[in-house]
Amino acid sequence: MTPRRYLLVLGVPGLIWVVLFVTLALYSLLAIALGGLDPLLLTPVPAWNPLEWSTANVHEVAQGLQPFSGNTWIVFQRTCIYILIALAGCILIGYPVAYFTAVHAGRWRGTILALLVLPLLVSYMLRMLAWVGLLSPQGWVNAVLVPLHVVPANYGWLDGRAITVVSGLMYGWIPYFIIPVYAALARFDTRYLEASRDLGAGTGSTFFHVTLPMSRQGLLAGTVVVALPMFGDFFTNGLLSGVSSTGMVGTLINTYAESQTNQAVAAALAVWLTVFLAILLLPYLRSSARAGREVGR
Amino acid sequence: MRSRLRHASWGKIGLVAIVVLYILWSLAPVAIAFLFSFNAGYSRSTWQGFSMQWWTGPKSVFNLPIYTDAIRHSLLLAVLAVIITVPLGVSLSIFLSRWRGITARPASFLATVPLVVPELVLALALFFLVTKVNLPIVTLGTSGQVVGQVTFILPLVIVITIGRLSSIPTGYEEAAQDLGASPPQSFRLVLVPLLQPAILASAIVAFAVSIDDFVITQYMSSTSSTQSVPMLIYTATRGGATPALNAMATIMALTTIVIAAVGFALYRLLARREQITDAPATAPALAVSREGAL
Repeated sequence: MTPRRYLLVLGVPGLIWVVLFVTLALYSLLAIALGGLDPLLLTPVPAWNPLEWSTANVHEVAQGLQPFSGNTWIVFQRTCIYILIALAGCILIGYPVAYFTAVHAGRWRGTILALLVLPLLVSYMLRMLAWVGLLSPQGWVNAVLVPLHVVPANYGWLDGRAITVVSGLMYGWIPYFIIPVYAALARFDTRYLEASRDLGAGTGSTFFHVTLPMSRQGLLAGTVVVALPMFGDFFTNGLLSGVSSTGMVGTLINTYAESQTNQAVAAALAVWLTVFLAILLLPYLRSSARAGREVGR
Repeated sequence: MRSRLRHASWGKIGLVAIVVLYILWSLAPVAIAFLFSFNAGYSRSTWQGFSMQWWTGPKSVFNLPIYTDAIRHSLLLAVLAVIITVPLGVSLSIFLSRWRGITARPASFLATVPLVVPELVLALALFFLVTKVNLPIVTLGTSGQVVGQVTFILPLVIVITIGRLSSIPTGYEEAAQDLGASPPQSFRLVLVPLLQPAILASAIVAFAVSIDDFVITQYMSSTSSTQSVPMLIYTATRGGATPALNAMATIMALTTIVIAAVGFALYRLLARREQITDAPATAPALAVSREGAL
């Protein structure tokens, strides 16, 4: 067997898998989104042939996307606001944590790193379950805050509060943010800091002119790693709120997907979301490809 | 100079405080949830004294089929996901990194697509694929769940393995072949031993992600017999479940932690034998690998 043919033997099973379960799956999503409805059962009928595509579902979603007033637009807007706040929290807390671990932790580095990875091994659902217990009306959060008169007795943190959902998103995803930022900062040569200080820069200007620019790629990566799942997140919302007034795009897609007759709308909305995220991601992908080339050189 | 030094040390104290508070905030709730599995009462939020009733006896997590079935199903899915994803991903990675041809680039893009779309979109896509196309073998239920998880985990394995492969010069395999090894032999005797750390890291990540996975596992599920631990937590948390739910969640978390720790110890052993020094940086491969893919 020639080496080339042997490589093909190694590659073919994986290639078939990817074509079948990534390409064909995403095409099915598109075929449903651009397909029609069964006139009797009202279930979605996929349009496999591009010549039979209809824009009815996509159009239906587009109507809800009327700026500032459409139902879907309002949900989209809320999603973006929640995610931006959660991301800001991730950066404000996660960046210093990653920075300390990578640059100043010294002999504690291994221990801290293990503690930072631990939440990734404890499942997401258990971590949410933990907060549902703490935030329930008779829970420990109220046990502390009610005597302090911060909140009224039996305050319902889980009854559809934006603050609960946003904090929950932040709590849930921040460990995934810290690790890539740490990885980027760990590669960072601390001699640059000494050089900057030797050249007369103060702590602040060293941070803004040396450390921050060097961690840009890591911050971007961390942001993408947590923003993507947040856009598809419906379970954090479901556990911590369960009320449509705090619903996000993920919640909407999931709700549509649960009823047979609305599955085509779910597919169309998922296509819209993917296009929206692709546009957001484009500058990032380009800059990370550039960074990759620079490293390669 | 002195004032700057003092300033710097204050800054460092602040940093230490943030790190300590963050770690407390991230882990204390989980520890409290674990504590409540020893609650004497039925509440998962009010402490009513210590008891072992949710761990042993008729109401315990080990005696109620709903919990034991979910644990068994989650473990089954994780084992199948590891067994399928690791060989599939490693051999595909070898192809992608060594193949000089037009298919390599689009293929590696496609394989990493699951990393750049929200999991919900992939779950929905797989759901439509399985329900609208009559595939053999793959249906909603265990087979669909395994297929979905493998598709989701495959890019992580590819990123880990390709990272390792790019540090192995192609010269090694070529030398083996010049010395008379057949391509399968050069693969088995040269590449696989060099890839051992990446294979191990892939297996740990695959196991942890599979145990944790909710969205795809939920969308590909069929009857209650295909309910995994995260699915059960999701449906039972807001209901009137007893602290046995906390016990079940703890069992699953401890299983993952133990397996990851054993895997990491093995990894260190392999790394030391080879004297690679970058062992700590590869430990949190889980999320780092996601970053590498983008």
